[in-house]
Amino acid sequence: MSGFASYLVFFLIVASIYGVMVLGLNLQWGYTGLFNAGVVGFYAIGAYGTAILAGPEREALVGGFGLPYPLALLGGMAATGVAALVVGLATLRLRAEYLAIATFGTAIGVQLVAVNFERLTGGVNGLIGLTRPGFAWFGTPGAYNLFFLGVMAVLVAAVFLALEAAVRSPWGRLLKAVREDETAARSLGKNIARLRLQAFVLGSIPIGLAGGLYVGFIGYVSPLDFLPILTFQVWAMLIVGGSGNNAGALLGAVGVWALWTMSGLAISRLVPVAWQSQAGAIQVLLIGLLIVVVLLVRPQGLLGERATVSREAE
Amino acid sequence: MLQALADGFLSGAIIALGAIGLTLTMGILRFANFAHAELITWGAYMALAVLALTGTFAGPWSPLSFGLPLVAAAAAGAAATVVLALAVDRLVYRPLRSRAAGHMTLVFASFGVSLVVRMLVLIAFGGAATYYSHSLQIAVRVAPGLRILPDQMFVLGLTLVLVLGLHLFLSRSRMGLAMRALAEDPELTAIHGIDPARVVGWTWAIGAALAAVAGVLYGLTIQLRPEIGFHLILPLFAAAILGGVGNVWGAVVGGFVVGLAESLSVLFIPPGYKPAVPFLILIAVLALRPTGLFAGTSSAGGHR
Repeated sequence: MSGFASYLVFFLIVASIYGVMVLGLNLQWGYTGLFNAGVVGFYAIGAYGTAILAGPEREALVGGFGLPYPLALLGGMAATGVAALVVGLATLRLRAEYLAIATFGTAIGVQLVAVNFERLTGGVNGLIGLTRPGFAWFGTPGAYNLFFLGVMAVLVAAVFLALEAAVRSPWGRLLKAVREDETAARSLGKNIARLRLQAFVLGSIPIGLAGGLYVGFIGYVSPLDFLPILTFQVWAMLIVGGSGNNAGALLGAVGVWALWTMSGLAISRLVPVAWQSQAGAIQVLLIGLLIVVVLLVRPQGLLGERATVSREAE
Repeated sequence: MLQALADGFLSGAIIALGAIGLTLTMGILRFANFAHAELITWGAYMALAVLALTGTFAGPWSPLSFGLPLVAAAAAGAAATVVLALAVDRLVYRPLRSRAAGHMTLVFASFGVSLVVRMLVLIAFGGAATYYSHSLQIAVRVAPGLRILPDQMFVLGLTLVLVLGLHLFLSRSRMGLAMRALAEDPELTAIHGIDPARVVGWTWAIGAALAAVAGVLYGLTIQLRPEIGFHLILPLFAAAILGGVGNVWGAVVGGFVVGLAESLSVLFIPPGYKPAVPFLILIAVLALRPTGLFAGTSSAGGHR
């Protein structure tokens, strides 16, 4: 493969990992109006959960169960779901902001555990030398990446279709009803708190899945991959694409990741070496501006939510 | 132990000053402003910039490490922070409010604002830690096993003065009373014919000025880094919610509780986990008593 083609494959794999995350966030924010300010924390739980379950046994470390990768991936997703359940139970009864604050804190807490609990997470060095699933079947990294992209395409399609089915179901319509008019939904006798909890936990699971997939793709896990900026990137992807629209979520993932990559490339080419660290800040600044400007100018994003009207109303 | 207590009071004072503004905006403007902590960073660095422009034109007030130049720079920094807060309100939050966007949209926008402010500081001043002054101070031995820098005593004293001043403003002046009324019940103030837009302006101004002072005090006693605000987000929220949203005295008490808990925690847990303490306090408050120790705004807890 030429350099560009192999880069394109790499780009699409990373974008699709983000895409899975954005789909999960869309269920929380786009359909239910739940603000998850700690996306990176749930992503990290999925990643570390997968790495600890799949990793080879090693001395002086807790974990290293050597499970087959797909099983470890499921375990990472389960761990993410449990974490979301705990956070949700503590905060979803309260004012909507409190979920934002608590999830923000969760991400900080996960980062602290990742850095400090060395026996479990490997500390700042992380866990290295994990087996990349199916790598032995392929001779070259290029061929392996192509295979991984195929796996990602299947998984993105599966998550997309599952979420589409969920939001089109009566349960999904109820989510929107709660988001739009909570009092009306409650007066119909619906258990709002439980519905919110279900959506929050279900939406966190794809975020954890993305973490496990990332670990499978790069073969190691380190706290440096779970910085707070990731949360903002995923948020920018969702609102640029259009929250409340799963196709928009995927479009936003590819679009914002392209923007991020290209701005990084431009900065590394144009900005002198001495200013590179500050130049990285420009990339982050652009994400912040993107969020504010989209919220002000085009809150529905590129695609926006499809209007759903009852058949009787037409 | 005694030293940890003293350190806790010191960081508690800084958290309290920041949390006052946060609890006022949460009570009066009714959204959790994740960008409030960035006002602390902004104020600290604006003071640094002013200090660089003016130079140290007068000597320090012995035994303090600083003199008139830093005080003047702090005042200018506070003014610059008020300008930033009002400008952000004008450009971002007010359009969102007038569009009747949900209050979570404002929370969301505040995340974007926080990134922009933090990165502007990082780009303008660089990421390395800096100081207002490199002069060394001799710690005063207050009690056996307890040494305090004169600057640290100044921080505690100034915090006390500012909180008392704010208390007088909120309890004696017409605007202060209006702010408290609006924090408790928005419909009440409308009846009394007070322009809510002016109350909003005052809320931002007071919160921003106090945040800027907190930033200067942080820079004076610890150091200046672009991440000051980011690391204070959780302590500020923990203090504001612990004290009851909208409750100024609650935020002050909450600030000291969080500061003390953080610094005393190192006696019991590995220091690496110290930043998790505010989060644990927050979760405990939300689980046990979401209205805070001293219930503030009535809509703070319970069902939405």
